[in-house]
Amino acid sequence: MSLQVLDGGMTSPATDAAFAFRALMNVMARPGQIEQISQATGPAPLSTAAATVLLTLCDADTRLYLAPSFQTNEIQDWLAFHTGAPMSDPDEAVFALGHWAELLPLHRFPVGTPEYPDRSTTLIVEMDDLSQTGAILRGPGIQTQTALNLPDKQAFQDNAKAFPLGLDFIFTSDQSVAALPRTTEVS
Amino acid sequence: MYVAVKGGERAIENAHTWLAEERRGDTDVAELQPAQIREQLTLAVHRVMAEGSLYDPDLAALAIKQARGDMIEAIFLIRAYRTTLPRFGGTHPVDTGAMHCERRISATFKDLPGGQVLGPTFDYTHRLIDFKLAADGDVPTAQTGEPQNEKTPHVTEFLNREGLIEEALTEDNTPPDLTREPLEFPASRALRLQALTRADEGFTLGMAYSTQRGYARSHAFVGELRIGVVQVEMDIPELGFAIEIAELTLTECETVNQFKGSKTEPPQFTRGYGLVFGQSERKSISMALVDRALRWEDLGEDDVGAPAQDVEFVLSHGDNIQATGFLEHIKLPHYVDFQSELELVRKLRREAGATDGQEAAE
Amino acid sequence: MTEYNFAYLDEQTKRMIRRAILKGLAIPGYQVPFASREMPMPYGWGTGGVQISAATLTPEDTFKVIDQGADDTTNAVSIRKFFEHTANVATTTKTAEATVIQTRHRIPEDPLTDEQILVYQVPIPEPLRFLEPRETETRKMHALEDYGLMHVKLYEDISRHGHIATAYAYPVRIEERYVMDPSPTPKFDNPKMEMAAIQLFGAGREQRIYALPPYTKVVSLDFEDHPFDPSKAPHPCALCNAEDAYLDEVITDDEGARMFVCSDTDYCEARREAGHVGKDAI
Repeated sequence: MSLQVLDGGMTSPATDAAFAFRALMNVMARPGQIEQISQATGPAPLSTAAATVLLTLCDADTRLYLAPSFQTNEIQDWLAFHTGAPMSDPDEAVFALGHWAELLPLHRFPVGTPEYPDRSTTLIVEMDDLSQTGAILRGPGIQTQTALNLPDKQAFQDNAKAFPLGLDFIFTSDQSVAALPRTTEVS
Repeated sequence: MYVAVKGGERAIENAHTWLAEERRGDTDVAELQPAQIREQLTLAVHRVMAEGSLYDPDLAALAIKQARGDMIEAIFLIRAYRTTLPRFGGTHPVDTGAMHCERRISATFKDLPGGQVLGPTFDYTHRLIDFKLAADGDVPTAQTGEPQNEKTPHVTEFLNREGLIEEALTEDNTPPDLTREPLEFPASRALRLQALTRADEGFTLGMAYSTQRGYARSHAFVGELRIGVVQVEMDIPELGFAIEIAELTLTECETVNQFKGSKTEPPQFTRGYGLVFGQSERKSISMALVDRALRWEDLGEDDVGAPAQDVEFVLSHGDNIQATGFLEHIKLPHYVDFQSELELVRKLRREAGATDGQEAAE
Repeated sequence: MTEYNFAYLDEQTKRMIRRAILKGLAIPGYQVPFASREMPMPYGWGTGGVQISAATLTPEDTFKVIDQGADDTTNAVSIRKFFEHTANVATTTKTAEATVIQTRHRIPEDPLTDEQILVYQVPIPEPLRFLEPRETETRKMHALEDYGLMHVKLYEDISRHGHIATAYAYPVRIEERYVMDPSPTPKFDNPKMEMAAIQLFGAGREQRIYALPPYTKVVSLDFEDHPFDPSKAPHPCALCNAEDAYLDEVITDDEGARMFVCSDTDYCEARREAGHVGKDAI
């Protein structure tokens, strides 16, 4: 096994994951808010934030879909070693990772069922940058309104319309992370 | 004058010290060792292993000592410990046909290959207190015979050959694991059996008994009850082959149940199945009866509304750790919700009184 | 065994709980099933809250535990000790100093901030359970948004008693979608649930987690002609004279004399330190 595969994991898994999860919980609870996470580093082109999200949330119980540009041997080996997450097609994915364009069309991912709307994919979208500009966000977690540079509007509006079914999104760029749950109204 | 109650922390510490003292009892009496419990209260140890879902006689014995003989408390200790253990993988299914039987009886055939082996049972003891046990520890030596080395076939296989009993289809699917996934309904038979094998013995017994008394009756014969030791094998990926990692004592019960046929199935005998850690005949027979009652849907039988047919009822209430926790939690403070009820009842009474007064005046 | 992992639970279990929390926040008021673990305290004694706290705490947190509003009730003491030992976190009794607060049956009187997380212990997470005991049925009702049964029950209360006869665990509607059980808090606390803090709800025995992001719309069910009434005992606190706090009733002598004191002990102490004096204060 190459050194690269073994590298980049969390140095103190229990506490590193606790800090990373707190940031993730904050951004999922407060759509548009941007936090910094850097508890793990994976092979390029994986961002530090995305690597941290994957190591914090994924394991042998979560099927993971990698979009083509992330389906490299280095990334797959690294994830196999650090998470043990089985790779899957979009229609069975608990998590999916990719750039926005290659994650489309979104209807390939499960949105849950009326009885179990939680059985839906969480998409980790790698972005060039994250900033509180652009699309206006309203809804649970937001006192009045906020903004986030979403890669699209219509897709998120359609997703919100299906509530309580729907996909949830985590955006990552370098060490930054933000999120957009299905409840957020985008305009 | 009222002063808010303080000192919960000290109270807890003192309670624990007192508890430890009570556990030890009179220090003039020799302290009980876990090994004594393991060897001499074996059936208690077996019950703790079965309902604790952890096969470790030494630990179960220690838990019984720590719990002062409170079985559910001991089971709880084992469950809480079990949940912290890492999981290395799954073993091969155990082959109960290859069991080294200490006891094997059939109520359906007078004699059969492998024979009837009475084994160490209370069945025909007269329940007279044996005062000798209080005095000396001399044990008469039991007769020994030649061990049987060939496999002991399952009784139901003989019925199967004639096509008189429903076929028990083998499945190679990995069964669900109720300790790792939330319980979900409808529950598969594998999941039901898993819940039943760790369910409270008393609850399972009561449920089974109710089917015998007519609540979803399907008259059950003990086709076979066997107790003995089986080998557990596991594939070791690093070695590339399976090795034996443990030996377990298990009790297995297969019932043969009357069945006149249904809309979907021909007249034939049907099966109920019980398998429990350790020697526990009562539990395994109970489990088999409840399993059979829960299978009404698979067999195209009618739902007669009996408790033992109701999978949600049985599975949601059979776990004694869940049950005792929730039951006993009502001794925790409930000042706040009680206070809100008090206010409500006072208000309703005040208003009812006012209305009564009004009606009287009218 | 001498050493447990940070915050007791193993990492795989924490990840499973964390995933459930995130889905809970994404679908406010919906009960996410999770594979609750056996904890070293009994089911019904806060195992759901404890598992959420274990999956949420970081070493930098300051942790507060209340039961019935008080920090010194025995079960609160016991849970606080558990995390002092297993997560080595700082603990406090002061609401304002806490970053994570685990609670049973109360919401603190002082408004919580966006720096805080409130973790509820929940006995029966299903608000429809006492109307329909079957999980398979209630799950369908939530899926179909069929809450008629609940409205009928509340309306029957009104026709029989003239009021909605639910004083605690008063059902709420979240974002006009899911009907949710707020846990057995008094209805007095319901209006506080639209808050700046994240609220997480854990039911260990029932294997459910649900959540409310900050500022989520929480409406107590009512009728136009019978609006929701979050009233409490019509007294001031006998120790700190607070008019706006939920009160415990304490019986003080054999004659049945009684006094009313704040259930939120930290709130009461802070007020007394600030010089507020109730009629029975020492």
